[in-house]
Amino acid sequence: MYIYSPVDQAIVDQRVSQFREQTERYLDGKLNEEVFKQLRLRNGLYVQRHAPMLRIAVPYGVMSSLQLRTIGRIAREYDKGYAHVTTRQNFQLNWPALESVPDILAELAEVQMHAMQTSGNCIRNVTCDPLAGVAPDEIEDPRIWCELIRQWSTLHPEFSFLPRKFKFALTGSEVDRAAIQVHDIGIQVVRNEEGKVGFTVMVGGGLGRTPVIGKTIRGFLPRKDLISYLEAILRVYNLHGRRDNIYKARIKILVNALGIDEFRRQVENEWQYLRDGELQLSDAEIERVAQSFRDIAYKDLPIGDSASHDKRHSNPLFNAWYRQNTVAHKVAGYRIAYVSLKSHGQAPGDIRDDQMEKLADLADTYSFGELRATHSQNLVFAHVEEGQLYELWRGLMQLKLAKSNLHTVQDVICCPGLDFCGLANTTSIDVSQDITERFDELDELYDLGDIRIKISGCMNACGHHHVGHIGLLGVDKKGEHWYQITLGGSSENNAALGTRLGPAIAKEKIGDAVENIIKTYVSQRQNGESFLQTFDRVGLSPYKERVYAHTH
Amino acid sequence: MHTLIDAHGTIDDDWVLLDEEIPAVGRNKVIVPVQRWTDERDIWKESEKVLGVLLEPSFDVSLLRPDLNKLSLIAIPFSVFSDGRGFSQARLLRERYGYSGLLRATGDVLRDQLSFLARCGFDQFSVYSEHDIEAVISALAPFTVGYQPDLRQSA
Repeated sequence: MYIYSPVDQAIVDQRVSQFREQTERYLDGKLNEEVFKQLRLRNGLYVQRHAPMLRIAVPYGVMSSLQLRTIGRIAREYDKGYAHVTTRQNFQLNWPALESVPDILAELAEVQMHAMQTSGNCIRNVTCDPLAGVAPDEIEDPRIWCELIRQWSTLHPEFSFLPRKFKFALTGSEVDRAAIQVHDIGIQVVRNEEGKVGFTVMVGGGLGRTPVIGKTIRGFLPRKDLISYLEAILRVYNLHGRRDNIYKARIKILVNALGIDEFRRQVENEWQYLRDGELQLSDAEIERVAQSFRDIAYKDLPIGDSASHDKRHSNPLFNAWYRQNTVAHKVAGYRIAYVSLKSHGQAPGDIRDDQMEKLADLADTYSFGELRATHSQNLVFAHVEEGQLYELWRGLMQLKLAKSNLHTVQDVICCPGLDFCGLANTTSIDVSQDITERFDELDELYDLGDIRIKISGCMNACGHHHVGHIGLLGVDKKGEHWYQITLGGSSENNAALGTRLGPAIAKEKIGDAVENIIKTYVSQRQNGESFLQTFDRVGLSPYKERVYAHTH
Repeated sequence: MHTLIDAHGTIDDDWVLLDEEIPAVGRNKVIVPVQRWTDERDIWKESEKVLGVLLEPSFDVSLLRPDLNKLSLIAIPFSVFSDGRGFSQARLLRERYGYSGLLRATGDVLRDQLSFLARCGFDQFSVYSEHDIEAVISALAPFTVGYQPDLRQSA
């Protein structure tokens, strides 16, 4: 966990005072709607279909039990008793009263949280590998770099009014769990041939109306140059990104218009003036931030725990959860446990106030008081003793949060859709529920393996449908809800945009269509192939034939 | 209506912006629109007047580099407050090209942006007159700390 310095705390506190004063001016009629909109967005406050929505930043997805407990209490006292985990590792409250938002932000500031720059045309909260610092395959913990970027980008005087929103994602592992190739800037920690640690920087990725996979602008950037290089990219974008059309204002459009080589030339030219200046990171500055992270005091444990092993033998449900929802930890005797927020009867990523409070208690008991949010809208206990997994699982069972469906067809990413969002064409949540209910047999679920379904209720693509192995995009046809299907997308290392299957399908038939796609996979797969591998081999036709044979 | 302020309070604007209706004759401090400056730069450089230019949001400030020692004021316009190009123009002028004259923010400038503008090197702000000017001036410094380098010239 990063612990605030006095400077961090002062900025958050002063931001709350500033926003309180702005809200008062708005309520007194002294700030017009458009101006207040831009100011409130930069404090995480949207006005949606039914009510305001407040998006709380969880920098790089890591939070303390105290922070989660506080959000739980705020959700009960100021909202309808639940919150929503987003694809960018943030928490959203869907029903706060506009007048009480300054009070909510003040309560968040007391536990070192804020909602700065979680919306608006500015640099958004930085996202990260949810397994940062604990993944066995990690080159270096990326959270120090995330925090340096958070500080540099927070209330940046030059880059607070960009052409459009701007999103960063980082990973320190070879396996990409942070979707870095579909962000405005994606950063991977790498080690070069000389053994030096630095960064590969990608630029111009993104989803939305114009999905693009990011392009590498620099293969190896030394550590000390990270912030000055980012400043150079942002300056080129701020000066030259389009401002005449919001649909063409993201950096990906500028990169595509100039070509990556010309864009790189402009950035490198800008960087020549910046690289030796104040933004160059000294070892002392890197160390200062590193020291602000509280270390986890792991015990010296043997590899493999016999009690846990016995429990897995005697309890098939626990065994299923262990196999599906826990993964290896870099420290012997520990495992990483995922909490699925994809249970029946709740929207993907939703979590109740009492669940948040009790999860905070479980984190205190079993995971050093720390939790993480993931890009796929689940939570993580990142440091669980192997011998305590059974007790943790029982605790999760009591909360009905022990669903063993991580990385299965039930682990759907989905936007809020028409149920909440003013932009959506169609609903998403009910479609997700229809699909997940069809695959409730555990054996079948695990047999299908890793299939990522992603659903967006409109072309803004908040559900990341372009990079779903199966992607669904809601379209409005004369007031009716239809869905376009894409297959073969991925936001992992082999990032790819899905291919459109054919004409859109009506809502009442979309569940059947997805079921038919999955049946086609089962009939076509060879030698334990995954869904994506089979799709890459056989192409679109067999899926197309089966889906449209059944819908016409 | 706009009121001109700096970090200390309201200031009188003794500059005049040249447009087609306003001749330069009889004026001591004149602000020349940058297009006209570019066209007539050699004439203006011979002038005895105290000179300023009014930029445009898309103007490449590196083109002003040879003229900076002749300029006492650069006005950067914000046609709409959400167009943030002026922040970069200001920093480039101050940091890269070493411009040390007055830097004035004009147009649709929000009081809520003043501290960002000041930190990018602006020292004069043309703000909407209907505001409580005392409150606006105090809005120049809502934050006592910041993460980024700060170009405020108040020191």
